[in-house]
Amino acid sequence: METEISKINQPEQTQESLSDHERWASIIGGSAMVLMGLQQRSLRGVLTAIAGGSLAYHGATADKSLTDKVADAVGINKSIKVEKTVTINKSAAELYEYWHNFENLPTFMKHVRSVQVIDMRRSHWVANAPMGQTVEWDADIINDQPNQLIAWASIEGASVDNSGFVRFTPAPDDRGTEVKVVMEYDMPGGMVTAAIAKLFGEEPEQQIGDELRRFKQLMETGEIATTEGQPRG
Amino acid sequence: MKALCWHGANDVRVDNVPDPKILNRRDAILKITSTAICGSDLHLYNGFIPSMQSGDIMGHEFMGEIVELGSAVKNFSIGDRVVVPFTIACGNCFSCNRNLWSLCDNSNPNAFMAEALYGYSAAGLFGYSHIFGGYAGGQAEYVRVPFADTGLLKIPDELTDEQVLFLTDIFPTGYMAAENCNIKPGDTVAVWGCGPVGQFAIKSAYLLGAERVIAIDRVPERLKMAKEQSGAEVINYEEIDPGEALKEMTGGRGPDSCIDAVGLEAHGTGLDSLYDQAKQSVRLETDRPTALRQILVACGKGGTVSIPGVYGGVIDKLPIGAAFNKGLTLKMGQTHVHNYLRPLLEHIQKGDIDPSYVITHRMKLDDAPKGYEIFKHKKQDCIKIVLTP
Repeated sequence: METEISKINQPEQTQESLSDHERWASIIGGSAMVLMGLQQRSLRGVLTAIAGGSLAYHGATADKSLTDKVADAVGINKSIKVEKTVTINKSAAELYEYWHNFENLPTFMKHVRSVQVIDMRRSHWVANAPMGQTVEWDADIINDQPNQLIAWASIEGASVDNSGFVRFTPAPDDRGTEVKVVMEYDMPGGMVTAAIAKLFGEEPEQQIGDELRRFKQLMETGEIATTEGQPRG
Repeated sequence: MKALCWHGANDVRVDNVPDPKILNRRDAILKITSTAICGSDLHLYNGFIPSMQSGDIMGHEFMGEIVELGSAVKNFSIGDRVVVPFTIACGNCFSCNRNLWSLCDNSNPNAFMAEALYGYSAAGLFGYSHIFGGYAGGQAEYVRVPFADTGLLKIPDELTDEQVLFLTDIFPTGYMAAENCNIKPGDTVAVWGCGPVGQFAIKSAYLLGAERVIAIDRVPERLKMAKEQSGAEVINYEEIDPGEALKEMTGGRGPDSCIDAVGLEAHGTGLDSLYDQAKQSVRLETDRPTALRQILVACGKGGTVSIPGVYGGVIDKLPIGAAFNKGLTLKMGQTHVHNYLRPLLEHIQKGDIDPSYVITHRMKLDDAPKGYEIFKHKKQDCIKIVLTP
């Protein structure tokens, strides 16, 4: 299977290497599994590496980031990586527009309590954690291609280290738009890790899948299918 | 309100439960005027469909009067008398746009369960386990109908409930089964199972131009109904091997198409049916495909096998070689009820068919538990039970 990030994951062979622009283009335009190409690498490392030098994130080389290397060495790399795709019967422009206002996301992301957009780049996230607790972090948009892609990463030192992108690709013929989400939560250990792990339960794939499904329901039908609150004996 | 609730295999009770509420903008609440027990409800009653929970309200064949509407439903009014397709469909997704309504992408809130079993999820269904959405059913005094703006069919005053109630499921299901046979002039259609869906498949095969329809069952009154109401020829499989009989009756060619209106709890006479009953009883096999096995062998070369009978899981020893080497076409699936509401209502209005002929029992909702027992054991020549609250 062709993989996308494999193209950007071979620094030795690519001394005259792909430009950042080309690397993003391969993520935006590719069709195969993203995480297959990622293998043991951190998504954050890849995304922030190709986000360009203007952002001071760790892992600003095409190689593994130092934190990745340390985590691998001591065996505490408990990152959750998820990739899910759904096809939605709406134009990429409509879907991009709704998603781009991050304050809309809690409508279909059950574990996210609120998102506050601070400015063009930064947003503040509050997520539900077990026992009525919440976890909070700030994230920056690190790439924004209208109607195609939004990539984000939590800022340096955030209590919840996460990164990812959502990509909107036209589906063949009249099938709408393929929406792919690739996300990674890094697990530095401690309380927050436990909280995040519980947040996603045993099945982070299912949770992201359910969120994408609710996004599809909302965009296509105007509502989210539910039976919560119906009678039973 | 009163509602018929599932509490386990062979245990259904009329409970007092809260009234349903509008939960989404496209919902409607109906006051049920008539509801029926479906053969596929017996699969729930017998405990063969997984993911039922104690307290689930049953029933997917129902009609009634709109008493409350969500704010987004503009094409119906309070007081409208409507029938409801048993398949819940949004009308907006790719599947609905291709008229594959029972494959709606958006109506199953528990799609993840269906995906685990089937790879992808089909539509949500009323009162048919949590794999199919866990929606409360309509064997009750009131019901909530999601996507009411897309699903409901308004019924003219001059038609009675009994004439139109079966538009919710069994008449379209029988009709689609016959349509899937791609009937051409001179065709012979063989129908396994003369329950209500089989009866409507027989009737529909004639409506669609079949030369002959041969009905197969073991229950004399069901064969009698097929013969008297639709003019079918009949085979009692307890008296004669249906494969041999069909070959003789069709000049050695075999039927051009076969309909499996039996599904996952088939009975039979051979060793294979005992084998299936044993395996199914210890859950080594979820479905008992006696009828389907016979059909694959009995169907003529190049024929079509149409399966309206419900299957839910895995089956053993399916003679796929018979299907392959005769070049059979298999067509199946839950009914795309929305496609058939208006055309079949017209058939009823023109007098081509009065579907109420399958009704043998009329009971009150309070007596539904007794109704399930009568229907399950085919007591009192029972073919179809209609309940009124």
